[in-house]
Amino acid sequence: MDVILPQILNGLDKGSAYALIALGLTLIFGTLGVVNFAHGALFMIGAFCSVSLSRILNLSYVTEDPTQTDFLGKPLKVETPYLEAWFGPEFGGALIDWSVPLAILFSIPIMILVGLVMERGLIKHFYKRPHADQILVTFGLAIILQELVRGIYGANPIQTPAPDMFRGSIDFGAMLGFDPNVIIYPYWRMIYFFFSAVVIGGVFAFLQFTTFGMVVRAGMADRETVGLLGINIDRRFTIMFAIAAVVAGWAGVMYAPINAPNYHMGMDFLVLSFVVVVVGGMGSLPGAVAAGFLLGILESFASMTAVKEILDGIDQIIIYLVAIIILLTRPRGLMGKKGVMED
Amino acid sequence: MLGLNKKDTSLLMFVVALSLFAPIILNIFPKDSGFAFFNGGYPDLMQRFAIFGIFAIGFNILFGLTGYLSFGHAAFLGVGSYAAVWMFKLLNYNILPALILSVVVAGLVSVVIGWISLRRSGIYFSILTLAFAQMMYAIAYSDLFGRWMGITLTNGETGLQIYNNDPQILLGNGPTSPHLFGLEMGARKVLSIGPWEFVFPVGYYLCAILLILSFYLSIRIFRSPFGLMLRAIKSNQTRMSYTGLNSKPYTLAAFVISGMYAGLAGGLLAAMDPLAGAERMYWTESGAVVIMTILGGVGTLIGPILGAGTIKYMENIISKMNEKLLHDWFSFLPESLEYAMVWLASWFTGEGWHMTQGVLFMLVIIFLPGGLVQGGQKLASRFRRNKADDTATNATPAE
Repeated sequence: MDVILPQILNGLDKGSAYALIALGLTLIFGTLGVVNFAHGALFMIGAFCSVSLSRILNLSYVTEDPTQTDFLGKPLKVETPYLEAWFGPEFGGALIDWSVPLAILFSIPIMILVGLVMERGLIKHFYKRPHADQILVTFGLAIILQELVRGIYGANPIQTPAPDMFRGSIDFGAMLGFDPNVIIYPYWRMIYFFFSAVVIGGVFAFLQFTTFGMVVRAGMADRETVGLLGINIDRRFTIMFAIAAVVAGWAGVMYAPINAPNYHMGMDFLVLSFVVVVVGGMGSLPGAVAAGFLLGILESFASMTAVKEILDGIDQIIIYLVAIIILLTRPRGLMGKKGVMED
Repeated sequence: MLGLNKKDTSLLMFVVALSLFAPIILNIFPKDSGFAFFNGGYPDLMQRFAIFGIFAIGFNILFGLTGYLSFGHAAFLGVGSYAAVWMFKLLNYNILPALILSVVVAGLVSVVIGWISLRRSGIYFSILTLAFAQMMYAIAYSDLFGRWMGITLTNGETGLQIYNNDPQILLGNGPTSPHLFGLEMGARKVLSIGPWEFVFPVGYYLCAILLILSFYLSIRIFRSPFGLMLRAIKSNQTRMSYTGLNSKPYTLAAFVISGMYAGLAGGLLAAMDPLAGAERMYWTESGAVVIMTILGGVGTLIGPILGAGTIKYMENIISKMNEKLLHDWFSFLPESLEYAMVWLASWFTGEGWHMTQGVLFMLVIIFLPGGLVQGGQKLASRFRRNKADDTATNATPAE
């Protein structure tokens, strides 16, 4: 148990990221019928929302402190963030410290805007085009977004720390009665998992228990009939696109402390997320989430030393192998429905 | 001629002329003139034109004829490169066995991948090929097969290179760079006429001959009953299966043929520079060949060559542009405007080449899904219609 549990825990945070991205991809696919290769870029933009907010909050002015001198003997230059000057060192410092969680709020308008512009400006014109065209045009868009971010933030990963109080690790094993220091788990990863569980639950609840969600589900099942009933389904689908963008953005915002954001993180996650979607079954929301966690955990099991002794390096290809096997045995994926993307 | 009809013969002749005179066409600007920057006629680049032309022609046989969008073709390119370098390591620098092995190995790999991937179509096929290619990339990047067998197979992130202690059993006193029976790939002849300077490299002409052969083969495939069958599968696969036809052997054959083309291209890349690295197999490289084919025109004969040439030329020229050059170009403007223009242009030049690529790509898909060939046809037909309109208005004057 003390061998298996850490692997499951390790798999959860990566699995959460896969699940969140795959959920958004499936939402877009199920509503608009569009294969969005730019979804990884949305994830990346989210991560850079974190970076931007922490930079904005850290904006400082420089004062000279005559009582201290630096190594050249000149008065020491002290940088004081504006926030600390305005709100006092305690509250201002806390704001700066909490920049990543605050970026969740900060990212909402940005992601909604990006999502709406993308949908109205580009993807709308591709509803009727073949899937190949959709793939290619969103691929082009992903390249552009990635290059924009590289132009603004540079090519190097940017460290974005989590708030101080979440920096340590939790001794998970001791809580369950194992020896101490056997199963330890960083706080932030645990928060990431709970955060994604809440977001996923929220999306499902929204679709299941609100009138808006009901109309959207009806539209996913039969768009034409819903349209004939006099409901403006296009507008609702556009809103769903924005929601999917926000979900992908949040996945990125919270992922920033786990892995320092760089400009190609979106592309790296995109391929795996597509594999996740296909394994889960195209168009199935629960399938996407389940497959995300499943593949994340499988990946972490494959990187165990015991497994590595048998087959070295299997952790790097396990996801693809599993995907290929699942597609060959269950061609529609784990929870795929009949008639989705069969043509 | 050669079993082609008149139109195809002239197309083939066009490609032959284009590739034979490329060193002259691409070095059209005199060496010392200000436009010499735009010359593309140096050996490395021309060789890349031909190699990626072959790659794109092969990709077009799959995507253009059957409509199956493979997002993992770079894997075959990489496999071809590795196979060729292994031949250099084991035998000698003669490229003939290397090229043969790279085609064969790429063919075998594509049989396996194609047989599995072609069980699905549409988006599933794209993602399956993508997953396979990423898997092969991961295998090559950390040399998994080699580690499992306890040898060096791909040499991981360093890339496969030739070392002095390699067997090279046939090397003897032969040349120590890639050659074809003694004819070294790196050799070149330089012709200077007045201010012009033309370079005729051996390696390029070898690739050009293979390009012409590949192109001829692709014409024959396009015009054959087999090609017709592939088109039928593209236009309505359901109907094909209702008539009792099993489409799998046809699509698989197309997949393997295009995989072998990619293997040949990979082998030629290794012949140009005898090393092979995993980054050649990364999935954005597969995206690049899709871009080339679409830019030129999917499903057309000449399109892939044009697309590959355009992309490789732009990649080379645009990534060469630096800020100093841009300042020179915009120096005629007032200073503030000059800096603004340079700032704007630097997003798209030098390191920003990928940005240009993305923009170009989106523009082509949005406005010109048929690629350059369609664009040319549109222009031609407008020109012709205008002419026709002119004669019509002349015949029946306005009321």
